[in-house]
Amino acid sequence: MTEPLLELRNLRKNYGALVVTDDVSLSVQQGELHAIIGPNGAGKTTLIHQISGMLPSNSGQILFAGEDVTYLSMPQRVDRGLARSFQITSILPGFSALENVALAVQARSGSSFQLFGNASQEKDLNAPAMECLGEVGLGARAHVPAGLLSHGEKRQLELAIGLATAPKLLLLDEPLAGTGHDESQRVVETLRRLKNRLTIVLIEHDMEAVFSLADCVSVLVYGRVIATDTPERIRANPDVRAAYLGEEEMV
Amino acid sequence: MTQIAETQSAPTPSLSTRLEIIPVVLFAAFAAAPLLASFSGAEGYVLSLLTRVMIFGIAAMALDLILGYGALVSFGHAAFLGLGGYAVGILASHGFEDVLIQVPVALLASAAFAFVTGAISLRTKGVYFIMITLAFGQMLYFLATSLAAYGGDDGMTLASRSLVAGSDLLENDFIFYWGCLLCLFGTYALSRSIVASRFGRVLRGTRENAVRMEAIGFRPFRFQLAAYVISGMMAGLAGCLLANQAEFVSPAFMTWQRSGELIFMVVLGGLGSLHGAIIGAAAFLLLEEFLPEILHAVSFFLSEETRAHLAENWKMVFGPLLILIVLFVRGGIMGLLRRPHHD
Ligand SMILES: Nc1ncnc2c1ncn2[C@@H]1O[C@H](COP(=O)(O)OP(=O)(O)O)[C@@H](O)[C@H]1O
Ligand SMILES: [Mg+2]
Repeated sequence: MTEPLLELRNLRKNYGALVVTDDVSLSVQQGELHAIIGPNGAGKTTLIHQISGMLPSNSGQILFAGEDVTYLSMPQRVDRGLARSFQITSILPGFSALENVALAVQARSGSSFQLFGNASQEKDLNAPAMECLGEVGLGARAHVPAGLLSHGEKRQLELAIGLATAPKLLLLDEPLAGTGHDESQRVVETLRRLKNRLTIVLIEHDMEAVFSLADCVSVLVYGRVIATDTPERIRANPDVRAAYLGEEEMV
Repeated sequence: MTQIAETQSAPTPSLSTRLEIIPVVLFAAFAAAPLLASFSGAEGYVLSLLTRVMIFGIAAMALDLILGYGALVSFGHAAFLGLGGYAVGILASHGFEDVLIQVPVALLASAAFAFVTGAISLRTKGVYFIMITLAFGQMLYFLATSLAAYGGDDGMTLASRSLVAGSDLLENDFIFYWGCLLCLFGTYALSRSIVASRFGRVLRGTRENAVRMEAIGFRPFRFQLAAYVISGMMAGLAGCLLANQAEFVSPAFMTWQRSGELIFMVVLGGLGSLHGAIIGAAAFLLLEEFLPEILHAVSFFLSEETRAHLAENWKMVFGPLLILIVLFVRGGIMGLLRRPHHD
């Protein structure tokens, strides 16, 4: 087996006595779409926070592209190619959709201490940003203030911003949450296209989407990974059915 | 896809181009004022009042750069006025009277003070940031009062205005006025450029959502610190001018009340437009100057004794008036000017 792009070793997180991430070990291979599923409150968002560097871990290790990134800050991890989206939409509401994405392009261009020149008119930033917006189907909405986009469009914008950082690995926290049927179809199509280029860790409640996209599925229950396997075998796994899937209608 | 990008890099929205009228009128008014002053019969008074307005305009605009665009409420910005003022006063007392020495020293001192205090203050947020900038401001205030060699509590009088490359042309009030206007315009143009630049965009983005900025790879602290240093240097420049205008420096330059007044000017003019801060400074200082007369005039229906009382205690009206403006005119004076276009 080749070296994984992302490897979690015995990761832990607790709030006082509440253990939210309980000894999680996980490998994500280069190029795979790795879904993490689990009931509400299982600790999925917390795990994404830990991997992205938004929350420190109590113990354990995070290896990314062979490097120990456990103690790096979020911007440092972004520099290394680790991008994320947020379950609760996190955008710059007063900026246009285009500027939201252009800022991410600007971040990786590395020269943000320029005090002169109108940044919003820079083609070098706007063209790649426009491409990312086109990728998620928001091209026509580029000049709308992000705060005025519909909920579904904001979710798509989240994805475009993540893409614009040119990541090796994209961590997506419920990108379909709260989107309508058509929009969620569009996002699923976008992800299907992206998975050929990127490694993706996808947290999602929509089982149909998960089972149609994922190469590998991990099931998180009470902060523990109870199974990691191919979608077919996860579907058939009795423990998983008992702990999680049994509660819902199986796809 | 790139095609779309090209066709859509449209000119800036018409709203903002229409608003450009305001700074043009503002600077035209400052440029025309000396000519009008000659006709007023109180030339010296008008010039010195307007010079003060421009100087505080620079300081308020410096604050707007971090407050309006970075949401950093510095409650110690008067410290930079003091730094600039004392740089002029102390250097002059040692025989260095030329602005070519004084201004660079003042800017360096302001930058150093901003860098050190900013690096510490910016590790905190919200109310703590306000308190810690206030504390640093007070620290400098008490330092100034303890400088016995330089007048201590009483401050020090300058023998004359600063020289410019050996010449004493600033002694002429008109030339000094034009010098201040040049500084105001220069700092305004620089600030406008900064706000629209890549740097300014990061600052504005951080104001809206710092976590998002970190999640795309920015380290907001560095940008906020750089902005704090730039802002401090601009306010330091205003301090140099203020010392020359008053031909006097004292710890009173940097009281916490003065810092509060700067915040008030910015909020009064309207946060985050730069020229709003200049207008706010003008409104504040002119109101402060003329409110006694205005009160006396508008209370014509009262008895002479009451009118005199009212004019004497004008501060009782000034404070509530400012609060009412801030509460009921959202976006300050700029918000008021913007409204007719808007809806
Ligand atoms: N800041 C916090 N303090 C205490 N408990 C928290 C905090 N954040 C999350 N939790 C708890 O951690 C658990 C996992 O939350 P979360 O990671 O959001 O789950 P998921 O994303 O899988 O729904 C929940 O029980 C939640 O209440
Ligand atoms: Mg969650």
